[in-house]
Amino acid sequence: MDIYLDNSATTKPYDSVVAKVGEVMSFVYGNPSSMHRMGIAAEKVMKEAKEKVAATLGASPSEIFFTSGGTESNNLAIRGICGASRGKHIISTAIEHPATLKTLSYLESQGYEVDLVSVNKDGIVNFDEFVSMIRPDTVLVSCMYVNNEIGSVQPVGEMRRALKRIAPRAYFHIDAVQAYCKIPFTAGSTGADLISVSGHKIHGPKGVGVLYVRGGTKISPILFGGGQQGGLRSGTENPAGCAGFAEAAARGAAGISVNMPKVRTLRDLLRCKIEKNVRDISVNTPENSAPHILNISFGGVKSEVMLHTLERDGIYVSSGSACSSHKREPSYVLTSIGLSPRMIDGSIRFSLSEFNTPDDIEKTALAVCRAADSIRRVMKYK
Amino acid sequence: MKKADVILLKYGEIALKGLNKPMFERKLIDNIRLALADVGEFSVRKAQSTIYVEPLGDADTDAAVQRLKKVFGISNICLMTKCEKNIDAIAAAAIECVKSDMEERGGKTFKVESMREDKTFPMRSPEICRVIGGMVLKNVDGLKVDVHNPDIQVNIEIRGDALVYTDKIRGAGGMPVGTNGKAALLLSGGIDSPVAGYMISKRGVTVDAVHFHSHPYTSDRAKEKVIDLAKIISEYCGKIKLHIVPFTDIQLSIIDKCPERHLTIIMRRYMMRIAERIAEKSGARALITGESIGQVASQTLEGLCASDAAVSMPVFRPCIGMDKEEIVTISKQIGTYETSILPYEDCCTIFVPKHPKTRPSLEEVVEAEKALTNAEELMSDAVENTEVIEIG
Repeated sequence: MDIYLDNSATTKPYDSVVAKVGEVMSFVYGNPSSMHRMGIAAEKVMKEAKEKVAATLGASPSEIFFTSGGTESNNLAIRGICGASRGKHIISTAIEHPATLKTLSYLESQGYEVDLVSVNKDGIVNFDEFVSMIRPDTVLVSCMYVNNEIGSVQPVGEMRRALKRIAPRAYFHIDAVQAYCKIPFTAGSTGADLISVSGHKIHGPKGVGVLYVRGGTKISPILFGGGQQGGLRSGTENPAGCAGFAEAAARGAAGISVNMPKVRTLRDLLRCKIEKNVRDISVNTPENSAPHILNISFGGVKSEVMLHTLERDGIYVSSGSACSSHKREPSYVLTSIGLSPRMIDGSIRFSLSEFNTPDDIEKTALAVCRAADSIRRVMKYK
Repeated sequence: MKKADVILLKYGEIALKGLNKPMFERKLIDNIRLALADVGEFSVRKAQSTIYVEPLGDADTDAAVQRLKKVFGISNICLMTKCEKNIDAIAAAAIECVKSDMEERGGKTFKVESMREDKTFPMRSPEICRVIGGMVLKNVDGLKVDVHNPDIQVNIEIRGDALVYTDKIRGAGGMPVGTNGKAALLLSGGIDSPVAGYMISKRGVTVDAVHFHSHPYTSDRAKEKVIDLAKIISEYCGKIKLHIVPFTDIQLSIIDKCPERHLTIIMRRYMMRIAERIAEKSGARALITGESIGQVASQTLEGLCASDAAVSMPVFRPCIGMDKEEIVTISKQIGTYETSILPYEDCCTIFVPKHPKTRPSLEEVVEAEKALTNAEELMSDAVENTEVIEIG
């Protein structure tokens, strides 16, 4: 039986999501823009999906825009806000997802000024530095809520308050892809003007994401076409994907208070067992992190070999860095929390979901110990 | 460009063969039919040391040419226009051929060559050349005759139909695959070994491939990559049996027991031994590797000697005297380069000693190898657990 611990990469869709997607594809295949009955049926599916998603974010359905996923949501938020305002200054953090960082470096090449806040050893933004970067002409702050590699949680509420105090007209975007249905929040609780989330990280379908855009926000489209979704996101809507997303979101949000404490307990159990049985490790996930991510470095272990060794036992995880014979970049996230290159080389990310069981954790802990021993023996680790 | 009505294939070396020439021709025709099997229906026939490939119905001759370029044994490919057997029709076809040639490649001079197989045709060859040459000269601007070194040569053949062609595409050359026995290629996933397989196959040798897989020290993507490489070279080599040998246990035992500075050469010797066993089982008579002298530490002359000494089969190393750049040029030309440079092989440097012995004497290596007391068992396990994938 497979033990899937790579839920920050993607998740297994709920059965009910698969059923919903199939059902809509088979029976409601009209184009929501069509004038006839079949179009109206598809439009209704879209409307229901928006309502369901809006409910999970404490938002109004008119503030929900479906995209192709987290990457597009981040692109639309950042480029859309910049396209609609005159200011040229953006603040973000050093540990954002590439969908944000690459978008920002593109904007830099187009004449924008971008400041990236550094993070401390726990992967949390240095707050004073952040505040010192805010300028009256700052247009946008884009910040990840939960980091995908180590699970650190940013103080987005405080950041937003600091921002609005100095630059009241600046917008605040949070990339909540790893936070959604993992830690409880709403648009109101974060105060964010824009929120990116993704379907396949919450047991929904791939290829569907959402951008929440607070009513009244000035934002331009980045895709031009038939003017669907109020003109902000042209392109024929994907009713099946959106309905699947909504199903996953509704289920995830409803179960969060039961499932996530369970996930956290399992995650902490895994951490304890590894800490107890393997020496020379570094736990890179801080206290007070999101419940589902555990990043651990094993000294003297090549993480990719660990990954493939665990794969033999049917255990699936991510490695923090690829093997070094072909020079692939080490993780910039782990670098920015001050981890040594040697430890980055041996970093493994376990990311759990509500489907994991205590038995999974027992087996994984055992397999990790065995793998660390055997790899260290081969690598002549002293 | 106008599509060819008939494709004419010329063969180089086979034409020089003596009494067993029909065997080579038959194999070549078989290989051509195989290469065209999923392109469409074609008639493939032989006449006077040339092969005519003619589409039946609307089979796509352009697609056929792409395939034929990869069939060993063909030296040249000519795209022919078929026309009626009268001098006006032939002239019209010739003029069109010359014009489209000039458009594509330029050219200021031309000549006409003709061959009259159908002796009932009223004009003799020199006369055909003269008349057609005159008409081309009159109808195409900016063109002069040069009988010694023309930019464009117009060929006319009078057979059942009249055939006109100017284009000559270089074929893959070599000998038809299957006319020269079988050899086993050590296929690593790098740049050199696919090129080596291609080069030996070009001499008519059927190729089997052997890949050594070291999961979990390499990822399954490395295996997928080797399968992709085998697919690409199978367009030239024909069907390939790819043997994936589980090599991890042997590597780990070597690391455990043998001195570090000899790791690479000892591993190499075990790869050769296992490849030889697989070759024997599948009827191959030689091994092929992509080694080139001095390229890496294990490819010094001493290193090559030490790996040769591990087996009794001949080891073919067609890249032996080539520079990396030359090997890269061929890999780009045969289409393996882009796949070869994907970064999945050799995931880990842990099997590479920090200070490899670059000039190992055979005695030293043989001595160092003795530490591996259960080698026989490890090798037969590896051979037994080898996965075989049919490619092509």
